[in-house]
Amino acid sequence: MTMSKRLTFAGAAVAIALTATACGSSKKTEETTTTAAAVETTAAPETTAAETTAAPSNLSATLDASGSTFVKNFLEEGVSRFTAANSGVTINYAGGGSGKGRQDLADQIVAFAGTDSTIKDEDLPTFKGGDVLYFPAVVAPITVSFNVSGVDKLSLSPTTIAKIFQVQITKWNDAAIAAENPGVTLPDTDITVVHRSDSSGTTGNFTKFLDKAVGADAGAIWTLGTGSTVEWSPNTQAAEGNGGVAQLIAATDGAIGYVDFADAIKAGLKFAAVQNKAGKFVDATLEGASAAAAGATVKDNLTFSAVWAEGDAAYPITAQTWIIIYKNQTDKAKGEAVKALLNFLLTEGQTFAKDVNYAPLPAELATKAIAQLDAIVIPA
Amino acid sequence: MTTEQHIDELPNLSGSSQRADKAFRWVSIGAGLIVLVILGLITYTMASRTGPVFRHMGFRFFTERRWAPPKEIYGALALMWGTLFTAIIALFIAVPISIGIALFVTQVAPAWLRKPMVYVMDLLAVIPSVVFGMWGVLVLARHIKGLYKWLHTTFDSWPILGSIFGKPQTRSFLTAGIILSIMVIPIITSLAREVFETTPQSEKEAALALGATRWEMIRGAVFPHSKGGLVGAVMLGLGRAMGETIAVALTIGSALGQLTFNVLAPGNSMPSLITAEWGEADALKKSALIAVAVTLFVITIIINVIATSVVQRSIKRSRGAV
Repeated sequence: MTMSKRLTFAGAAVAIALTATACGSSKKTEETTTTAAAVETTAAPETTAAETTAAPSNLSATLDASGSTFVKNFLEEGVSRFTAANSGVTINYAGGGSGKGRQDLADQIVAFAGTDSTIKDEDLPTFKGGDVLYFPAVVAPITVSFNVSGVDKLSLSPTTIAKIFQVQITKWNDAAIAAENPGVTLPDTDITVVHRSDSSGTTGNFTKFLDKAVGADAGAIWTLGTGSTVEWSPNTQAAEGNGGVAQLIAATDGAIGYVDFADAIKAGLKFAAVQNKAGKFVDATLEGASAAAAGATVKDNLTFSAVWAEGDAAYPITAQTWIIIYKNQTDKAKGEAVKALLNFLLTEGQTFAKDVNYAPLPAELATKAIAQLDAIVIPA
Repeated sequence: MTTEQHIDELPNLSGSSQRADKAFRWVSIGAGLIVLVILGLITYTMASRTGPVFRHMGFRFFTERRWAPPKEIYGALALMWGTLFTAIIALFIAVPISIGIALFVTQVAPAWLRKPMVYVMDLLAVIPSVVFGMWGVLVLARHIKGLYKWLHTTFDSWPILGSIFGKPQTRSFLTAGIILSIMVIPIITSLAREVFETTPQSEKEAALALGATRWEMIRGAVFPHSKGGLVGAVMLGLGRAMGETIAVALTIGSALGQLTFNVLAPGNSMPSLITAEWGEADALKKSALIAVAVTLFVITIIINVIATSVVQRSIKRSRGAV
């Protein structure tokens, strides 16, 4: 009797422990799990035979990397395809956020980093390896997702979005929303605003959109400024990660929030058409994101902001990610492997990006980025 | 005869085993010192990295309510309040329940039930906090909506309770407090149980012999004997509740700058803010987050030191009583 009771307890304990690990990996700890287990995609021999048409490469290196979680799905796909063709290369992309990626590159503990925003000028001296090169990887829309029973399509202007997210508009049948959506029957439901509880580049790009469109220099309707964390009203709700926000929107009637495209699609959310700089209401699509990147002003170092870009077809809340590396590589094998990976992402990567819900770069920008590969200095 | 043998063995002892004794002494002193050195180094490195935020904010860091990274305003006041507030809510729920469980196990429950109960309580203590957090978000926060609305509408017009049960949100101080209370119940219960068990049998029997009921016996013999130990148990629970990170981060609602008595409002606590903000922090924000960590570190150390001294004193007193 006591024996069997013990066993049940032991079983329960094991079950609890398992649940714990499972929950851990599905949450924000996703990033840490990646470090430990995931992206270590050394090629399996049979895939090499199946997928490569080119001659087998002689690259051999282990590349550690970290940074943006926004670009993680694209990089994982790219890394697994790249290492399938280059069995000597092992790449560990640890995620952790753009801030961590930039810090890790500054401290020279990673070979490359993914980042959704550029390095601040005052942080440049902390980069011990000297000059940094930016290689744009992909762009993607950030959706304004909603869950209002009976409403399938919404069009929203930046002014209305700003007022909703500052809790100045609190009902779905508010006159401001109705005016932008003729023919849509809006219910008398309270609006629940959902935002990120963790600091995030997604929040950064979403608030940058509102700040550029209707911020201090453009009518001062949006007053919270821009950053990876802003002072949301206490009458809003917070959730962790893009997945957490998507889940909370899906579970709450009357909810609205900003979610990256891939997670919004995965959660089956509906999202609004947003009015762009040209005054057009544009749906959140990969084409709209590519158009935004094409409309952005690209600087000589290939940095740009696709948020609130010019162009009739440009989706106004478009985020971008760069792979950043040091111009002067210190290790021959690693330098060659990084260069080959970047070349792969900028060529073949642009064709499979859509399969994993990212938008390819405009051709002109991709060409510039490929040309910049020659600037990488690899020791002999 | 036997004593003589012992004396004969003594010279042996002062030979090689005495050297071993010395070696052991140094190893254990070293181990003890390492703990202190690590603690000191942690404090030093952390404190030395708070420079930028104190140059930027000065002492206002402790009195400023707002935490507004876009405007470079970093204040810890609302965070300290959030940490304290959730911990107090947790203790308010956990202390009566824990003392009840401990009394039941030690004074009321039949002997065959005691071991399984203690076992289950200890099992509760090993559940990782992220599990509590997930349960809080996915189950508790969803189903407790009705109760929160009821609390708000019922007490809205009452003088003090009206402001305690203000406008409700499902991820709030109270939700975090409830989760925390479940997490500290095992700690307080097991300490309270041990404290209650030290009550001398003779005193309990004396009370019963005088015609006391079970409750009068508990009130007259068990409680006076355990007062200090109970205070210590509660303080250790408080320290645990204040340091909890992930379960609070998931359930508290992450609203910044909240200085309120409304338990149904969302807020933020020091550890939960640190985990949420670290990933995308620039240099100044990092320094501010480290300063928050140092503040929390100092507060929890103070609480633990007080708790330990209270417990020590009560142990001494009860030894004297026996």
